[in-house]
Amino acid sequence: MSASPANPAQELPAEGAELLEVRNIAKRFGAVDVLKNISLNIASGEFLTLLGESGSGKTTLLRLIAGFEQPSSGEIWMGGARLDVLPPYKRRVNTVFQNYALFPHLSARDNVAYGLRVKNTPGREINGRVEEALRMVKMLDFAANRPSKLSGGQQQRIALARALVNRPQLLLLDEPLSALDANLRKQMQSELKSLQREIGITFLFVTHDQEEAMALSDRIALLRDGALEQVASPREIYAHPATAYTAQFIGQTNLLRGEIRGSIATCGALRWPLEGTDGPAMFSLRPEAIRICTDGKRQTNEVKFRATVRQQFYGGSSELLEVDCGNGQTLRVRVPARGPLTGEHDFVFSMAEAIRVQE
Amino acid sequence: MYSRAYKSVVSVPPLLWVAAFLLLPYALMFAHSLWAVREGIIVHHWNLNNYKTLFTNPVYLEVLSRTLRIAASVTICSILLGYPLAYYLAFHAGTRKELLYQLVIVPLWVSYLVRGYAWKTILGSDGVLNGFLQYLHLTHEPVGFFLYSPFAVVLMLTHIYTPFVFLPIYAALEHIPRPLLEASQDLGAGSLQTFWRVILPLSMPGLLAGATFAFVLSLGDFLAPLLVGGPSGTMIANVVQSLFGAAFDWPLGAAISVGILVITISLLFLS
Repeated sequence: MSASPANPAQELPAEGAELLEVRNIAKRFGAVDVLKNISLNIASGEFLTLLGESGSGKTTLLRLIAGFEQPSSGEIWMGGARLDVLPPYKRRVNTVFQNYALFPHLSARDNVAYGLRVKNTPGREINGRVEEALRMVKMLDFAANRPSKLSGGQQQRIALARALVNRPQLLLLDEPLSALDANLRKQMQSELKSLQREIGITFLFVTHDQEEAMALSDRIALLRDGALEQVASPREIYAHPATAYTAQFIGQTNLLRGEIRGSIATCGALRWPLEGTDGPAMFSLRPEAIRICTDGKRQTNEVKFRATVRQQFYGGSSELLEVDCGNGQTLRVRVPARGPLTGEHDFVFSMAEAIRVQE
Repeated sequence: MYSRAYKSVVSVPPLLWVAAFLLLPYALMFAHSLWAVREGIIVHHWNLNNYKTLFTNPVYLEVLSRTLRIAASVTICSILLGYPLAYYLAFHAGTRKELLYQLVIVPLWVSYLVRGYAWKTILGSDGVLNGFLQYLHLTHEPVGFFLYSPFAVVLMLTHIYTPFVFLPIYAALEHIPRPLLEASQDLGAGSLQTFWRVILPLSMPGLLAGATFAFVLSLGDFLAPLLVGGPSGTMIANVVQSLFGAAFDWPLGAAISVGILVITISLLFLS
């Protein structure tokens, strides 16, 4: 693994043929609808993240694809064949489990060799491939250790090697980094991303951490109460959230509730021209889209408003302001760090930055 | 931290108990095994003749080897019954788990003697089993070898010790994290491979504990052979009992006891 930065610069969905197709999948546990009519495609070589709060159904969807659960309705296809009818051990899919699920009675090496042994791979080939997988995750020196003698990060690497050595078409990762401390987590994110690029295996990654999802994914599928809220690239989902929920879940935002009437959008003290049918409307305005207007002038495409600074949260390179536009309407504004600020100021934002969202 | 006084108050009574009722009797027994009997009186004449008798007299060797065979059979039969049962309860019983678990435990509350006499009633010449076989016209006269045979001893001891084998195996199986079984399947192993490569190795400590229970307890048993064993089912503990009783040869009895003790302790250390 090379230490390339974790942040992918790609805007476009990954290229490649369609690998996995989830068709109208629903899953009920008793009276609870855990998944409601999910349809999702994953392209070959893609890094797709299932993002959602706990209970949103993301792990259930992963377990359906791995084969540990059966869908109540719907189908899953992989590479042109039905996947959901196969038992887990016949699927060309491997999983990195949340708490790694390493076999405690086997050494790191034997853990990695497990998948090849059960498939009666010739001994020489096993040795070569296990060696290669251990080298890939930089764990050759610890091959003889039992899992109990390995740190969390090392267990994580063995779990990864144990899955990858089987050369799956699709690797499922169930919150694999959640057990690691913050620093190690950042490092593993970076390694995971460069590993995925290097070997070109499709990754389906589950997490509840939106930052992690943004940093790693080609596309994010945001789940909410068992339904897909939005599926898009990190940049797209951040810049153009489809719903108020997405806008709030991914990054920070100001949700402006108001209306459109006669081609004018009005949200409290803020007014700007906007084409649209008359009626109530909701907008998402990111805190960093607002800036302090020092000279009192605005561009033609900008909205200007006057507000009082109520709170200031210093964050190193930037600071977050809570400003009051009057009538109790509070907005959050992120500005470059600039020292203490009080009293009334002019603020501006570009109209295009106020993204209309569904409730 | 606890004070010195508290520690000694707590630890001295059990230590005294062990010294008075375990170590001292063992020491006495060991001493006896090195003494002799002359004209019906135990004399403190130190010698190794008792051990020589034990290893050279074919009668004792035969009973000892029969005892080992019976104990081994009981162990194997208890595992063959207890393991699948524990496996079923741990992985497949679902909501019936509690009930089945109780059904395994309840027989432990019944007196050993009662269970022994129950087997006598079942296996005897005019017993339930023979009555049933004759009713079905499968046999025309009572089958003798059901009762008063090594077979009957193995049967009764298996019945008694299967729960002892079941319990530690069940505990071991329950402790296997379920994600390990999913990981095994995920890596391409079917149920059989998962059993051999994951479940069996991880339940081995429980299996060994259960096997040790069954073997050691059967090895020292004297009630089962007394009740259902007959002359052909006599075990080493019966020999010891008669040597300490009617035969009044405490030194030889003690020597045999020391022998059993050595076997038992080395087994405990092995497992």
